[in-house]
Amino acid sequence: MSDEPKTPLLDDLEEGPWPSFVKDLKDLARTKPEVNQLLGQMERSYEDRVNYWTGTVLNLSGYGGGIIARYSDLKEEFPDIAQFHTIRVIPPSGFVYSTDSLRELCDIAEEYSSGIMQLHGMTGDLLMLGSDNEQTHEAGEALMERGWDIGGSGGALRTLACCVGQARCEMACFDTMGLTKHLTDTFIGELHRPEFPYKFKFKLSGCANDCANSMQRSDMPVIGTWRDEIQVDQEEVRKFVDEHGEQYVVDNVVSRCPTQCISLGEGGIDIDDRNCVKCMHCINVMHTALAPGKDRGATILIGGKRTLKIGDMMSSVLIPFVKLETGEDWKCFTDTVRGIWEYWSENALDHERIGEFIDRVGLGVFLESVGIEPSPQMVRHPRTNSYIKFEEYAAPRAGGEPVKAPNIVDKDEQAESA
Amino acid sequence: MTAAKKQLAPRDNGAPDHMKMLHPAMEKNYGKWKRHDKIRPGVLKYTAESGDAIFVVRAGSPRTLSVNKIRQICDIADRFCEGHVRFTTRNNLELVVTDEKDVDPLINEITSVLGFPIGGTGHSISNMLHTQGWMHCNLPGTDAAGAVKALMDVLHEEFTREDLPHRVKLSTSCCQINCGGQADIAINLQHHHPPKIDHGTVQQCELPKVVGICPAAAIRPMNVDGKSSLEVVEEKCMYCGACHGQCPSMEIRDPDTDSLAIWVGGKSASTRGGPSFMKLAAFGLPNNPPRWPEVADAVRRILDAYRNGAREYERIGEWIERVGWKNFFEETGFEFTKYHIDSYRFARTTFNTSSHVRL
Ligand code: SF4
Ligand code: SF4
Ligand code: SF4
Ligand code: SF4
Repeated sequence: MSDEPKTPLLDDLEEGPWPSFVKDLKDLARTKPEVNQLLGQMERSYEDRVNYWTGTVLNLSGYGGGIIARYSDLKEEFPDIAQFHTIRVIPPSGFVYSTDSLRELCDIAEEYSSGIMQLHGMTGDLLMLGSDNEQTHEAGEALMERGWDIGGSGGALRTLACCVGQARCEMACFDTMGLTKHLTDTFIGELHRPEFPYKFKFKLSGCANDCANSMQRSDMPVIGTWRDEIQVDQEEVRKFVDEHGEQYVVDNVVSRCPTQCISLGEGGIDIDDRNCVKCMHCINVMHTALAPGKDRGATILIGGKRTLKIGDMMSSVLIPFVKLETGEDWKCFTDTVRGIWEYWSENALDHERIGEFIDRVGLGVFLESVGIEPSPQMVRHPRTNSYIKFEEYAAPRAGGEPVKAPNIVDKDEQAESA
Repeated sequence: MTAAKKQLAPRDNGAPDHMKMLHPAMEKNYGKWKRHDKIRPGVLKYTAESGDAIFVVRAGSPRTLSVNKIRQICDIADRFCEGHVRFTTRNNLELVVTDEKDVDPLINEITSVLGFPIGGTGHSISNMLHTQGWMHCNLPGTDAAGAVKALMDVLHEEFTREDLPHRVKLSTSCCQINCGGQADIAINLQHHHPPKIDHGTVQQCELPKVVGICPAAAIRPMNVDGKSSLEVVEEKCMYCGACHGQCPSMEIRDPDTDSLAIWVGGKSASTRGGPSFMKLAAFGLPNNPPRWPEVADAVRRILDAYRNGAREYERIGEWIERVGWKNFFEETGFEFTKYHIDSYRFARTTFNTSSHVRL
């Protein structure tokens, strides 16, 4: 190959102990010459510290997203990557693959793209890089013919992601992989045809360790939890204390509990479960002795997102506890989600993530509109600001009487007098 | 053009069936795992209620993989793992064997054939989250895959050992959209001036959408030579680049001034004090491919201070919270400047509103 571009800066990244994508791509370029041109363009970026891709829009028939289309700004020099699009593919929940399925993806990637894949994108898609316009359609058809499907982009439900959960982790409080597939399949229309004000992401983690990074990376984290007692094996507790010493347990378990609900005594460990916030710390450290309770489910949160465009937002509690075991539980959850989407879609501004939307309308109004009861678990503390608009004291309308607010804070009393 | 248009494949297939993708031992014991044990860095043993055990070997992957490399992974998985493979959220490869005797030969294959290091478990540095950079995004001011390679070369030993106070998660973002995400240590590109508008091409974008996307309400419509265009109110603009994502004619990047900043203390898990956002540690580091040595040096300084100062089970943010930012800046040697003080929404919530002062 006479016109193989020189890439001295990238070549430097062939050295060193960490596996080198440059080496791998050079190897691929022996059968896929366009990869040399990709490296050539990247080398130019390394020299100039300037990017040479322009984004554009390309869709498969029937779909409104899932293709990340790129044109090279250096197409005279690198004609083989003039069009170099990425196809997002929905991976199996938890990123588990049979080698047959991976080989099938490799064959498709080799035939219709540059043969570069990324496992996985930050949202959770499997990415196939380097198809031109025509190949993109062919790859899409080939994928769907074999039962794969295309991921989301734009103002749509995005491809879901979850932790490994019950497939191999004893901490998992619900079936993260199963629910991820169920939500994907149930909402596949919302995923493929962008009709939301902006993107919407679910991420599912089987416990508070949040291995799926749901808290700050998804609009709706689903995080496993339990509502009975932590399971304690006092025999194993004693073994742990014998092995590590009492001081270690005090320093690393007892004193690190965020709600100070653990005490260590003669009989072993004692946990004030009513005050436990299911943070997982003690279970992580003493995982042979402690385990999540048996009455398991999940906490649903809402509103997380990354920086763009108003700064990072952390999700906050929406539903303190739901069971997620039966088909009925799942249906109840998907119904709630639909109601939330409806309200958000009707009322949000363009490009307004649901967390930003909630900030604008107020969590109280949001809860009322989607039919969720407010509860103290949703806030760190009640408001400190005393300017409150009580609806019950709304100013009298023309000709109408002022409505009197019920001077009642005790719900039981309220029920009795009713 | 092909003569006859082929019939379209079925749409809306949904997610593949993960149960068919699972290693048989994981499928059999699904939801019935009982405990795990650390065998050594990169190797975990999981035991099910049935008494079945699996050994999970974790290896660092560069995320961007050729079909050749993936087929090599498949060959290994066919030989050792009954034809099953898993990838983690942080781009690590996980291979499972049921016989402990297969662990060493498997590791040998992974390291010799794939060249992937074993590690990323327990109190180690895990693989670095990143996105596209110059390989495929339309917005980057720096690279992603190359930056990860350069940094992980330097942090390779921290990946393969479990000798840190707690796990350390890394990420990098190649523009201020920050796809890389929150992390214990994040390296993010930083722009330093408002976008330059190409008044000749800006009409190709939907101008009201460009105006609408600005979080600082800094963009307004303007007429330039009889053509509708936009202008940016410089005092309001905070150089976020949101408009550039919406419209390529709003050029925010500048190879002469873009630099890198380091953020510390992000955490997703609700363990102990709960999740936290990362905070600015250092800025103005040069965007210096192919090895970004100044960034590597700064990360090393943070890690050294963390290793020396943190208690076991303290993530970087928790350690700083306990020892205080004064000590953090002293121990890392980074300068604390007025730019470290928040000036955006809710800035006051980040001020020290007590008389608690470390002296
Ligand atoms: S989030 Fe919890 S359940 Fe899921 S893999 Fe992590 S520790 Fe296990
Ligand atoms: S799970 Fe967390 S809150 Fe509950 S007892 Fe353990 S350390 Fe305390
Ligand atoms: S961080 Fe910015 S440049 Fe990098 S992949 Fe994301 S959007 Fe593109
Ligand atoms: S860079 Fe950000 S703040 Fe500045 S004009 Fe663009 S969107 Fe507005």
